[in-house]
Amino acid sequence: MILTEEEIREAAEKTREITAGCDTARGSLIPVLQKIQDRLGYVPAPAMEEAARHFGIPAVDVYGIVTFYNQFRLTPPGRHRVKVCMGTACHMKGGNIIMESWERVLKIKVGETTPDREFSLERVACVGCCTMAPVLVKDETVIGKMTPTKVDGMLFSHQLANKKEGVPQ
Amino acid sequence: MSENKNASVTLNTIRSRVAGDWESLKQKTLITVGSATCGRAAGAVEVLESFRKEISRLQLDASVIEVGCMGHCYAEPMAVIYHPGFPGICYGYLDQGVASRLVQDFLVEGDPCVEFALAATGPNDYIPTFEDFPRGTVEQKHVMKHCGFIDPENIDHYLAVGGYQGLAAALSMSPDQVIAEVKSSGLRGRGGAGFPTGNKWELCGKAPEKTRYVICNADEGDPGAFMDRTLLESNPHLVVEGLAIAAYAAGASKAYFYIRAEYPLAVKRVAKALEQAAQCGILGQSVLGTDFSLEIEIFQGSGAFVCGEETALIASMEGRPGLPRHRPPFPSESGLNGKPTVIDNVKTLSHVPFITQKGSQWFRSMGTPGSPGTAIFALAGKLVNTGLTEVPIGTTLSRIIYDVGSGIAGNQTFKAVQIGGPSGGCLPKEVLDTPIDYDTLTRAGAMMGSGGMVVLDEHDCMVEIARFFLDFTQKESCGKCTFCRLGTKHMLGILERITKGQGKPDDIDLLLELAEDIKAGSLCGLGKTAPNPVVSTIKYFRHEYEAHINEKRCPSLMCKDLIAYYILPHKCERSCDACVGSCPVEAIYSDEDRIKVINQEKCVKCDSCMVACPPQYKAVVKVSPPDEVVRKEKVEQ
Repeated sequence: MILTEEEIREAAEKTREITAGCDTARGSLIPVLQKIQDRLGYVPAPAMEEAARHFGIPAVDVYGIVTFYNQFRLTPPGRHRVKVCMGTACHMKGGNIIMESWERVLKIKVGETTPDREFSLERVACVGCCTMAPVLVKDETVIGKMTPTKVDGMLFSHQLANKKEGVPQ
Repeated sequence: MSENKNASVTLNTIRSRVAGDWESLKQKTLITVGSATCGRAAGAVEVLESFRKEISRLQLDASVIEVGCMGHCYAEPMAVIYHPGFPGICYGYLDQGVASRLVQDFLVEGDPCVEFALAATGPNDYIPTFEDFPRGTVEQKHVMKHCGFIDPENIDHYLAVGGYQGLAAALSMSPDQVIAEVKSSGLRGRGGAGFPTGNKWELCGKAPEKTRYVICNADEGDPGAFMDRTLLESNPHLVVEGLAIAAYAAGASKAYFYIRAEYPLAVKRVAKALEQAAQCGILGQSVLGTDFSLEIEIFQGSGAFVCGEETALIASMEGRPGLPRHRPPFPSESGLNGKPTVIDNVKTLSHVPFITQKGSQWFRSMGTPGSPGTAIFALAGKLVNTGLTEVPIGTTLSRIIYDVGSGIAGNQTFKAVQIGGPSGGCLPKEVLDTPIDYDTLTRAGAMMGSGGMVVLDEHDCMVEIARFFLDFTQKESCGKCTFCRLGTKHMLGILERITKGQGKPDDIDLLLELAEDIKAGSLCGLGKTAPNPVVSTIKYFRHEYEAHINEKRCPSLMCKDLIAYYILPHKCERSCDACVGSCPVEAIYSDEDRIKVINQEKCVKCDSCMVACPPQYKAVVKVSPPDEVVRKEKVEQ
C-alpha cells in the first residue's frame, strides 16, 4: 500500500513522540511498537525506521519483530475492524462460514481493507469466548452465535446508520 | 519469628478497615452482574444498564456491581440478587426486559421470579443450590470459588473473603519453608507439561545470582481454553497473591505478568489489581510490613502462540522474535536478561495461596497421588452446558461431560473429546471412563495441555479437526526447527488433499511417519506435540480417513469439497420461500411445481438454507459424496 506524504510525516512524528519518553533497552521495543500501533492503527515503514534509530538497531530487526508477531499490522486498518474468531470451538461451529460470508459481502479477502477503508477483515486465533461460538469481534465488541444472515444484517444496519448520518456511500 | 506477626498483623489492620464495608454491602439489596468477556459477548453490559436504570427510576436502595464469571458461561448474561430476607438467587439467560422485570417484581413486590432462577447461592427451603445439581457433586471449587461473586476491580472484596492470607502465611515462613511446603504438596504446573512447581522454585532459589525474576505466564493461546482469561478477569488478586508468594520463595523482587494482547479486559483488571495492592501496602517496598519488597509489571504479548513456551516468552520480553532455545540451561538458572527466572502459569499460581494457607496435606487430600489438587477445565463445543469447571484431578471424562456439561446438545451422540488444544488429541468414547490426570491422558494419546476440552458430536469430521489443528500449528511454528517448519507444512498439505477428496492410499502411513520425525526433530513443546491431533485421530478414527481417501466421502458431512446441499422434494413445503431468501448467491430457485431446487454450480455451501428451512420440514440435507445429489434426483424422478 502506498502511503501519502501526510501519512509518512504523521507516522514519523508520532513515533518520535512515543520514543521520546522511553529508554533504549531492547526490552522496551515491543511495548513501543504496541504504542505505535495503538496511535496509528498500524506500524508503517517510516515508524519502524524511526524506532530502529531510537533503539540503535538495524531497521530490519524491527521489521523482523513486526512481521513475527501476529498483533502488528503493516497496512492501515479500516474504520471498522471485523475480527472473526478461528479458534477450535468457533471452527467446529462454522467460523469459516462466517469468515467466507464477510469475504463475500465486503468483496475482500481476510487481512485486507476495503478500498474505501471502511472495513478491514482479520482472523483472530481465539478470543476466549468459546461458549458463544462462532464469535466475531467488531471494533471492541464481542458478538457471539454468528450466522451468515447476521453478517448481512450487520452490514445492512451499518449502511443504514451511515445514511442517517449523511456519510456518502 | 518477628516477621510472622508483622505480616499477619498488617494484613489484619488492612482487613479490619474493609470488613465493615463488605458486611454493609450485604445488608441491603445487592445485584451482581457477571461481566467477564463471555458475559459481555452475551449482552451483560446492556443488562447491567437496565438494572441500574430501573433502580434509579424506582429510587430503590440497592447497589449494582460488576463481577467476573462463575463458569456457567452457557447461561450468560447472569446476575445474582441478594435481597434481605431471601437467599442469594442466581438468574441466567437474562436480557434487558427480564432485568427490569426482576427489579419491579422481586425488589418492589417481593416475588423472586423463580421461573428465571438457575439456583440459589446458599442453602434454603425453596430453591436448589448449585451443589444440588449433578454438577455440584463433581465440582470442588477452590481457585474458582470467588470468581463471579466478588468485584474483581475492588481489592476490599477480595480481602473480605479472606484474600492475601496465603501471602501472610508464606511471609511467616522462610522462603525455604515455602518451597518445601509447595514441594510436598506435589503441585504440578497447570500450563500443560506438569513440571513440579516446587522444584522449579528451588532451582531458582539456589542460584548464586541475586537478581531474579518471576513471571506469570498468561499467554493463553490454545484455541478452546479460556480459564486463564476468566481467572484474571474474575479474581485477579488471587493470581497476584500467588505470584507474590512465588517471588518471595524464589527470592525475586521483580515480577511480571505476561498477558496476551487479545485479552484487553484481563490487562485492565490486573493493572487495577496491582495498583490497589500497592496502595494497601501489599506490594511495593515493604510487602505487608516485612522487609520483602516486590514490584510487579505487566508485559503484553503480541500474539504469537509459541510465546507460551517459556524460553520463547523470555525472548519476546527481551524484545526479540519469540524463538525457543535449547534447555538446559533452564530459565530457573538463566532466564530473562540471563538472570534466574521462574515462569508459572496463571492456574498454577492460583493454587499457591491455598497451599501456604491450608498446608500441603490439605492439597494432597484432593486429586490422585501423582497429581494432587484440582484442575480447571474449559468446556466448549457441542455440550449443553459449556463453561468452566474445577474438579479434582482423577475425575473421569464422562463425569465431566455428562454431569458437569449435561451431555451433548441437540440430542446428538458423543463422538470424541478434543483435549489440550493443538498439542492434545481426540479421545473416543472408549476412554471416557478413565480417570484423567497428566499421565493417563498422555498414555491415551492426548495431553492435559491447558485444560481446554472441545466436545465433538457425529457431525464433526475427525480429519477436518486434525487439519484445523495442523493449520494452526503450521501457522504458529516459529520456523526455527526444520522438522517443525517444513514437516507441519507437508502434513497439512496431505490433510488438505484428503479433505478435498484427493487423498492417496499411502497417505495415512506417510502422515504417521512424518509425525514421528517432527516429534524427534523439534526443540520445543510446540513441535514435539504438533502431530498429536493427527496421530490420535488416526489411532481412534482411522476408518474416517479411509472413507475420505477411498470413497471420497466425508462420513460426518463436514468437509466442504466432499458434500453437497440438497432439498428433498417430498419434504419441501412449496409455498415457503425461506431458503430462497436466505441464499446469499441466489442459487435456489423454484421449479414448475414450486419445489425448491439448488443450483449446485452456484452454491457456495454456506449452510444458510439449512438453517433457514423451518424445523417442521427439514427439507434441506447434506449429502456426501456430492455425486449423491445426481443419484437422489434420479430416484425422485
